[in-house]
Amino acid sequence: MLIRVNVNGDSREVDVWPGASLLSVLREELNLPGSKNACEQGECGSCSVWLDGDLVCSCLVLAAQAHEREVRTIESLAEGEGLHPVQEAFLEAGAVQCGFCTPGLVVAVTDLLQRDPSPDELTVREALSGNLCRCTGYQKIFEAVSLAAQRKREGVW
Amino acid sequence: MIVVAVPVKDLVNAKRRLMPVLTPEERTALARAMLRDVLRALRGAALDAVWVVTRDTEVRALAQASRSVGSPQIRNRGTLGGNLGTASPAGDTLPVLAVHDAEVLLAAAGGRARVLRWNEFQTGVKRTAIAPDELIIGARWRVLLGPQSFSKVGTRSAMVISVASLCLALDPVERQVRVALGSVAPTVIRAPDAEALAAEALARAGAWDEPAAPPPDGTAEAFAERVAAAATPIDDVRGTARYRRRAVEVLARRALSWAIDERADEALVS
Repeated sequence: MLIRVNVNGDSREVDVWPGASLLSVLREELNLPGSKNACEQGECGSCSVWLDGDLVCSCLVLAAQAHEREVRTIESLAEGEGLHPVQEAFLEAGAVQCGFCTPGLVVAVTDLLQRDPSPDELTVREALSGNLCRCTGYQKIFEAVSLAAQRKREGVW
Repeated sequence: MIVVAVPVKDLVNAKRRLMPVLTPEERTALARAMLRDVLRALRGAALDAVWVVTRDTEVRALAQASRSVGSPQIRNRGTLGGNLGTASPAGDTLPVLAVHDAEVLLAAAGGRARVLRWNEFQTGVKRTAIAPDELIIGARWRVLLGPQSFSKVGTRSAMVISVASLCLALDPVERQVRVALGSVAPTVIRAPDAEALAAEALARAGAWDEPAAPPPDGTAEAFAERVAAAATPIDDVRGTARYRRRAVEVLARRALSWAIDERADEALVS
């Protein structure tokens, strides 16, 4: 079936199998492999994207359900060679180890800080409860969130 | 994306200008009828979503249960229909439907439609009475006007499948205490013996007429014991049967105490 989706600001038309997930179409058809394919059941958050502005697991959205809607992926954050401030914060805080969970976490952190630039620790933990990291143990990730939040409050982004 | 947000005050505080001519019950009914008309009109509009924003406590347990599902990503996609269709004994919103004796609305191609009670719909672990050509259209129930709560026990406070869950609601109109349990039987269940014991204790204390009247000491404990007796849990990776029975007992004792205290507090305020 033919679907039309606005992906990162561009209108794209793609012929998809009706049972295909949005994640597989992003990665396999639209050349956007930043969203990672890990658990495929909404547990790990590695595939987090925005669908009409809502944070969702793209593995749990049918590509067909994105027809005539707006999808934003991790690829929309950095401009040119410069990193997005949340990505920069992850880098500086050392919040990246193997890197597989990082795109989903960066998307989830950006989603949180856009709504709430001064989240308390519980709010951060709750907001990131759907993103699993099996390497770093989260402490450096929380440090990256603090850094990115501080810069958000300072008006850097 | 086009969304309509409908702000709704506490229904009991709606239409206050009509206080001289209408009873609180009539004003609540009027406000609810007006809300229903608004929602019916919106259903015909080409909208992506309708948000009803309210502090009214009529849907508090449903809001609490929905809030406890999965992660933000899951909640942004999840629906009541999804919880019903999965029919997990641990489905977070299912005890809320059970407490309200909700009906599930099904429809099939060709305009065929039918209505099943919640316990006719869920027939076993992840089993339902839905036919292959049917869709879940929604669920409906009579609202209960007393205190209500949903609570659950799990290994984390987020992104967790419940080890035991419980929804309790008081129905001051029918003078009933209603309680439903999740994760402690093949389907969500009610605990009728416990419900009868608590309703009778409240009646004996006169608490249905005088909300501040305290029921006899030990009511919540006796109620909780009967709730635990209704459970038929299993041992699995999330918890042992013994732990689950104990967990649901603790949830039951707390939930009834909260409800009794809340009614007493409301009586003090008014």
